[in-house]
Amino acid sequence: MTHSNRTVLVLLDPATEVRPSALELLTLARDLGRVEAVTLEAPTVEVLAQLGGHGVETVHQAELSRDGECVTGDERHLPAVVAAALAAAVRLTDADVVLLPTSFAAKEAAALAARDLGAGLVIDAASVREADGRVVAGKRVFAGAWDTECAVTTDVAVVTVRANSVVARPAPAAVEPVVEGYAVELAPSPVTLVSREVKADTSGRPPLDQAAVVVAGGRGTEGDFGPVVELADALGAAVGASRDAAFEGWWDTYVGQTGVTVAPRLYIGAGISGAPHHRGGMQASQVIVAVNSDPEAPIFEICDFAVVGELAEVLPQAAAEIRRRRG
Amino acid sequence: MPHGPASYGNPMRIVVTAKYVPDISTERGFADGRVVRTAAEGTLNELDENAIEAALQLVEAGRASGAVGADEGEVVVVTMAGPDGDMALRKAFQLGVDRGVRVTGDELAGSDYFGTAAVLAAAVRRLGQEAPVDLVVTGMAALDGLGSVVPTLLGAELGLPTLNLAKKVELADGVLTVTREVDDTTEVLSAPLPAVLSVTDGANSPRLPGFKLIMAARTKQIEVWSPADLGLAADAAGTAGARTEVLVAAPRPPRAEPEIVTDKGEGGIALADYLIRNDLVRPAEETR
Ligand SMILES: Cc1cc2nc3c(=O)[nH]c(=O)nc-3n(C[C@H](O)[C@H](O)[C@H](O)COP(=O)(O)OP(=O)(O)OC[C@H]3O[C@@H](n4cnc5c(N)ncnc54)[C@H](O)[C@@H]3O)c2cc1C
Ligand SMILES: Cc1cc2nc3c(=O)[nH]c(=O)nc-3n(C[C@H](O)[C@H](O)[C@H](O)COP(=O)(O)OP(=O)(O)OC[C@H]3O[C@@H](n4cnc5c(N)ncnc54)[C@H](O)[C@@H]3O)c2cc1C
Repeated sequence: MTHSNRTVLVLLDPATEVRPSALELLTLARDLGRVEAVTLEAPTVEVLAQLGGHGVETVHQAELSRDGECVTGDERHLPAVVAAALAAAVRLTDADVVLLPTSFAAKEAAALAARDLGAGLVIDAASVREADGRVVAGKRVFAGAWDTECAVTTDVAVVTVRANSVVARPAPAAVEPVVEGYAVELAPSPVTLVSREVKADTSGRPPLDQAAVVVAGGRGTEGDFGPVVELADALGAAVGASRDAAFEGWWDTYVGQTGVTVAPRLYIGAGISGAPHHRGGMQASQVIVAVNSDPEAPIFEICDFAVVGELAEVLPQAAAEIRRRRG
Repeated sequence: MPHGPASYGNPMRIVVTAKYVPDISTERGFADGRVVRTAAEGTLNELDENAIEAALQLVEAGRASGAVGADEGEVVVVTMAGPDGDMALRKAFQLGVDRGVRVTGDELAGSDYFGTAAVLAAAVRRLGQEAPVDLVVTGMAALDGLGSVVPTLLGAELGLPTLNLAKKVELADGVLTVTREVDDTTEVLSAPLPAVLSVTDGANSPRLPGFKLIMAARTKQIEVWSPADLGLAADAAGTAGARTEVLVAAPRPPRAEPEIVTDKGEGGIALADYLIRNDLVRPAEETR
């Protein structure tokens, strides 16, 4: 199998926006071969233009049916349905690689598609390359302490890629993508979708799982996330929390092994002690900054820069200084 | 979190899968491409305590409802691990589970996601031959591999409906309904039993071991099964069946010594200065 005729499918679900992580997937995919996208719904005009700018020539849009009935609506985004669409697209295009983001829903879809295809599966890759005709994925594991690489030994490779693993860049030349429908027959589902609600984000901040900069607050905020939000906004950052702060109801999304795993360019933790479960979800960040009133806080063991102090004083002062010096 | 009454009608028989993992507060590492697990530093995957708790609560709810007898219902924990994995099962006994099964064999070392799911499915099937299994409960992730895919693959392998990442679990008339918050989406899903369920760390607070149970756990019998006992082919799992091959595992160099500033009124300015100096502040037009 040579580099040039390798086909790489990239999942785009939903198809109403191209998130930063999708652009990163397309960038990685172009280095592996010919890039095609798979959607569960019609992409918008803006989305098509962005896909074209990233070198996507063909968009395969699944047309779902079950027992002769069209399947539409929320059910299309269930992992089992996404998996069926991906597996059918691989069979249709004879693709070699499927790339998905590392979200919980995408991981489920990746697992089911890989099972269906007899494909090797890598979850949460930080790099994907080809070596000796095989797909080789790099993973950073054990809270960022180890780098591993594994080769997929099957014909097809299914890989979920963590956000911020590459810097997205457009293709050297834009193309006009063509949307092609293809039929996907779904098996009867024993699982009923009772309801589905997507949280509308009106904050204007980048999503936590994809942001290049994250500012997170912990128990040390004592419930006042004002200083955390102020610094985040000065930096154009996403806001996160520790699990303790989230379980208190002070913020809705938290960083960590059971929350959102982040690996941004810059992570700032304020009033967060740096417990192993929290570290497991952020220790692969490029630069780690901590603000904590306790000079013995464990987070200082893994940071690059720290201020020992009261977060309610340090964060607003930093935000003001950034605004001032940036002009 | 309280559950709805388990009006399943008959005593529930639940299998919980639980992984033996290196303690996350210790130095973890690899040798020859495999995770090093030693008795001194290994433990029951903490997130599987949430699975055990969910299973115990369902069985207890059935008893409390009066629909089944006080000693009816069963929770069986299955682990795929070497002999050290008994530690994880002993911990499960301390929490009050009834039976512990360890599936062990040299040929299982190096299993990938699919191999792991195949072995666990075979163990559940074997338990199902003894008496019907109503539910399989798993954790949301193993804290070493962090794949969060074994539950999905286990459900597919068993041909059972799978409800993943439940934050809230309700059982009524043999139908399991879960609420899950994944990524930026809240979903309510339901499926009839038998089913596979994975629960998050927000689903419940695992109980603390009771003194009597701690004493009893020391001598409680652990059942050990081999892949052959489960009728598994030699390449069903382990390195032989794996679809991925570890090429390199190397520790990353430690971070450089941090720069630590103690705030004496200008800590925020020092922080801003560090960020600007290291080119970590984007121009104004790129931020809000
Ligand atoms: C199975 C399991 C999974 C878990 N998963 C996660 C996870 O994914 N993510 C996660 O975050 N946690 C997780 N946890 C919880 C984790 O173990 C810790 O309990 C949690 O991260 C602690 O949150 P914290 O740092 O905000 O609070 P604390 O540990 O209480 O730390 C608060 C810190 O704030 C500092 N502080 C106090 N006042 C101030 C002030 N005025 N200014 C500056 N600093 C101040 C203190 O010195 C302290 O260091 C998990 C736990 C379990 C058991
Ligand atoms: C750091 C690391 C990275 C890995 N990367 C890959 C990879 O990219 N591709 C690949 O195919 N394999 C990979 N593996 C191998 C993989 O860990 C094994 O297949 C493992 O048994 C299950 O994966 P997990 O730890 O991610 O479990 P998860 O899918 O996170 O586990 C979820 C739940 O499944 C149950 N469970 C999982 N394993 C067991 C077990 N052995 N016994 C009982 N119950 C269990 C538990 O209830 C657990 O809470 C990796 C392993 C490690 C340690």
